[in-house]
Amino acid sequence: MAARDSLALLVATRKGAFILKADPSRRSWKAGGPILLGHIAHHMVQDPRDPRVLLLSMRTGHLGPTMYRSKDRGRSWKEATTPPAFAKADGTRKAHVLDHSFWLTPGHASEPGVWYAGASPQGLFRSEDGGDTWSPVAGLNDHPEYSQWMGATENGTPDGPKLHSVLVDPRDAKHLYVAMSSGGVHESLDRGATWKPLVDGLAVVEGFPADQLYVHDPHCVRYCPSNPDRLYQQNHCGIYRLDRPGQRWERIGLAMPKKIGDAGFPMVVHPRNDKVCWVFPMDGGGVWPRTPIGGRPAAYTTKNAGRTWQRLDKGFPDLNAWWTVKRQAMCGDARDPVGLYVGTTSGEIWASRDEGATWRCIARHLPEIYALETAEF
Amino acid sequence: MRVTIPSPLLHYTGRRAVSATGDTLAAVLQDLDRQFPGLRFRMVDEQEQIRTHMRVFLDQQELHTLSAPMPAGATLHIVQALSGG
Repeated sequence: MAARDSLALLVATRKGAFILKADPSRRSWKAGGPILLGHIAHHMVQDPRDPRVLLLSMRTGHLGPTMYRSKDRGRSWKEATTPPAFAKADGTRKAHVLDHSFWLTPGHASEPGVWYAGASPQGLFRSEDGGDTWSPVAGLNDHPEYSQWMGATENGTPDGPKLHSVLVDPRDAKHLYVAMSSGGVHESLDRGATWKPLVDGLAVVEGFPADQLYVHDPHCVRYCPSNPDRLYQQNHCGIYRLDRPGQRWERIGLAMPKKIGDAGFPMVVHPRNDKVCWVFPMDGGGVWPRTPIGGRPAAYTTKNAGRTWQRLDKGFPDLNAWWTVKRQAMCGDARDPVGLYVGTTSGEIWASRDEGATWRCIARHLPEIYALETAEF
Repeated sequence: MRVTIPSPLLHYTGRRAVSATGDTLAAVLQDLDRQFPGLRFRMVDEQEQIRTHMRVFLDQQELHTLSAPMPAGATLHIVQALSGG
C-alpha cells in the first residue's frame, strides 16, 4: 500500500473499536471512537485494494456474531447482510455454531471484493462482495477429518478454539495458508477446496503425540511480503521459520536467551527484508502466566532470519508490567524505518518509530486490546 | 402480535415494541427478520437453536423451541439473560 500522509491504527478491543490517527512524523496520535461501544471487536482491517473500506468482526455478550463494514474509512458502519455462519448440519456434516469471526484477511489483489474470515470454533469463510455476504469454505469446515484436526473445544484457547493467520499468496490467489489453535498449519493450492497439513518440525506440549494435528498450536504465522516463500511462526512451543518449498519448520527460537525462552503470541515480519522479524516473548513456564518475563516487557528481533536475537526494551517499564500481548495485538507499518505497535490486555498501546529500538506509550485506558492493524488514511 | 424488544436489539427495531405475524415462533422471528434484517441471526444460531443468552417468553411462559405455537392476542417478550461483563 502506498504511503499517504496519515497513518492510522485500527484497534479492536473487548468493548468496541477505536481508530488512532498519526501526524506525518508518527510522533503524535489522536484517538477516535469508540465505534460500537460495548460490542466485542475481534479484528478491524483495511482493504488494500480499496482503502476506503474497513471490515470489523463483532459480537456481544448476548447476541450472535456479525460483521460490520465501512466504506468511508470508519466514519459510518453498516452490518453485513449475511455474516459468516456454518452450514446447517445434515447426515454428513457436524453441527458447528459460530461463536465469532476472529481473523480477517483481504483476498488477492486480482480478486477485488474477496475476503476471508477465520472463526471460532475453527472455520473458514469467504466473501466475494466486499464482506456483505459470506459463505463457508466447505473444503475445510466440512473436511472428513475435521474432528481429528481440531480435537475437542477444550483443546482450544480460553476464548475458544480459533482459525487464524489466513494468508493469501500475493503471487497466486489459489494458494492459501491457515493456522488453527488447535489444529496446526495447513496449506491449500486450490482456493480452499483441499488442504494439506504443514506441521513437520513443530514441537508440541511434552507428553502429547506430535503426529496428531489436534495437539499443534500455532499462535501466529506470517509470510514475508518481500519473499512469500519465507514463513515465520510464533507457536505455543517455540519460534519457527519455514522456507518453501521446504516442508519442515526450523526452530529458530532456540537461539533466544534461555531465561527468556521462545513462547509468545504475535509475530511481525519486516515489509521489505525477509531476514527481519519481531516477537514479544511471554512467560511460558509453570502454569503459563503469559506475561512479560519478570514483569519486564521487551520485544525481540532477529536480523539474520533467526540465527541471533536482540532485546528491544528501551522505553518499556523496567519492572512490574504484567500485561499480555495477544496474537493480533502487535503489528508494523510499511514506513522506513518501520514503525511497530503493541497493544496490551491492560488497554495501552506502545509504539516504536525506529524498528523497535525505542518505545513510547501512545494510548492508555482503552479496554482490553485484542487486535491492532495499521491503515493508510 | 405484539413483540417487546430488549435493548441489545433496539438498533434493529428502533422501538421497544413492534408487531409481527406468524403461527409459530419460527414464523414470527422470520417476519421480524423481514422487517428488521439481521435481527434473527443475532437471536438464533445457524443450527436453529435459540442462543444461550437470549430468552423468549409468550406472556409469562418461557419458550424453548422455534416450533412453539403463537396464539392470537398473546404478547411475545424477547429478553436477554442477566449475564456478561
